[in-house]
Amino acid sequence: MTQQVTVFGAGVMGTGIATLMIAHGIPVTLVDIDPAVLARGRVSVDRQLRHAQLLGAVPEGVVPGELVTSASVADCVGSLAVIEAVSEHAEQKDKLLREVSGLVAPGTVLISNTSGIPIDELAASVQRPDELVGIHFMNPPYLITMVEVARGPRTSDRTMESVQSLLGLVNRRGIVVRDAPGFVTSRLLHPMINNAARLVGEGVATVEEVDALMTGCLGHPTGPLRTADLIGLDNLADALVALSQRLGNTEYLPCEYLLDKVRAGRLGRKSGSGFYDYEG
Amino acid sequence: MNRVTTNEAVDSVADSEVATRISAYVETKAKAAVAHDTDLAEAGILTSMVAMEMVVFLESAFEISIIGRDLKMDNFRTVNTMAALVTRLRETAADA
Ligand SMILES: NC(=O)c1ccc[n+]([C@@H]2O[C@H](COP(=O)([O-])OP(=O)(O)OC[C@H]3O[C@@H](n4cnc5c(N)ncnc54)[C@H](O)[C@@H]3O)[C@@H](O)[C@H]2O)c1
Repeated sequence: MTQQVTVFGAGVMGTGIATLMIAHGIPVTLVDIDPAVLARGRVSVDRQLRHAQLLGAVPEGVVPGELVTSASVADCVGSLAVIEAVSEHAEQKDKLLREVSGLVAPGTVLISNTSGIPIDELAASVQRPDELVGIHFMNPPYLITMVEVARGPRTSDRTMESVQSLLGLVNRRGIVVRDAPGFVTSRLLHPMINNAARLVGEGVATVEEVDALMTGCLGHPTGPLRTADLIGLDNLADALVALSQRLGNTEYLPCEYLLDKVRAGRLGRKSGSGFYDYEG
Repeated sequence: MNRVTTNEAVDSVADSEVATRISAYVETKAKAAVAHDTDLAEAGILTSMVAMEMVVFLESAFEISIIGRDLKMDNFRTVNTMAALVTRLRETAADA
């Protein structure tokens, strides 16, 4: 039997990461504090697994790993690795990592999927900082084959080797970067999306025009605002606040146009509307 | 002999109804008229998200489930290939 991986947070990324693992035959325990989210999470993983299959992103002949959903942190005991994909709030991550770190055996890799909270800051919450590492999976994790790996100053070589094995099991390629707020991808992408929203708010161009220009002129695959809807606008705003605080730069703070969307509950694809409207 | 002919006629009427319902749905996605043999991928209509929406639509509209090897993009490339898939899956369901 393959050892399971525990994923904390059954939101956009937690379900996507669970899908990636399951598709490669690794059993997953998916934990969330919100029972409604957990129930939806199972349906969502099933849908994403089928999506992955449809697009040929599932390896041939692999029996999918089993998915278990749970509301109990203690269910992470005995895992091959623990991946946290809870909301981008340092306090929430701190509380969870403290608890997990006290439960799992030494040698269990602790992975944060944070968009940009430095790993060394999170390392203050765990008993063995050498076993904590950042793997910034991209959305959707089961389709994007590259990940950004953030190695904290205290992350050990042994942990990095475990990361390589795990990425090998799920056929992903990692680029290792030094620990810094937003790493590389969020430091570049998040302000770009924020500025795209700001331009719409200022009336310089419509949502559709901004995305059309970025795809048509600059080769962006979907356009920043459609990407924002996929990410989730609440998460984007949280990640921008976290970046701004850690870089000491108010330019990174989410613009009013973005915040208006979040306040109106227009969170992107996951809520049915954001910069664009979605069905179903 | 006669019976077979009648059944075939009924089948083809049913098939064309299937195709018509599918193309009506595809046209809401394409926001334009779509021929039954248009390659939807080449026409830029069949994005990965739309393909998944098609799966969900076909399953609920025709009470089938599309699983395993049938879950592949080639089955969703034209209205006709989707209609053929629906017809085949309905037949296997009826046989079972
Ligand atoms: N959305 C993206 O595209 C994306 C991409 C890469 C990284 N990330 C990062 O991944 C993490 C998750 O983001 P998301 O977009 O999936 O958020 P989300 O809001 O969709 O989901 C977060 C989930 O975490 C749950 N949660 C909160 N505290 C918890 C706890 N203590 N234990 C268990 N579950 C808990 C919430 O109930 C919620 O369901 C964040 O750190 C985010 O910055 C997001």
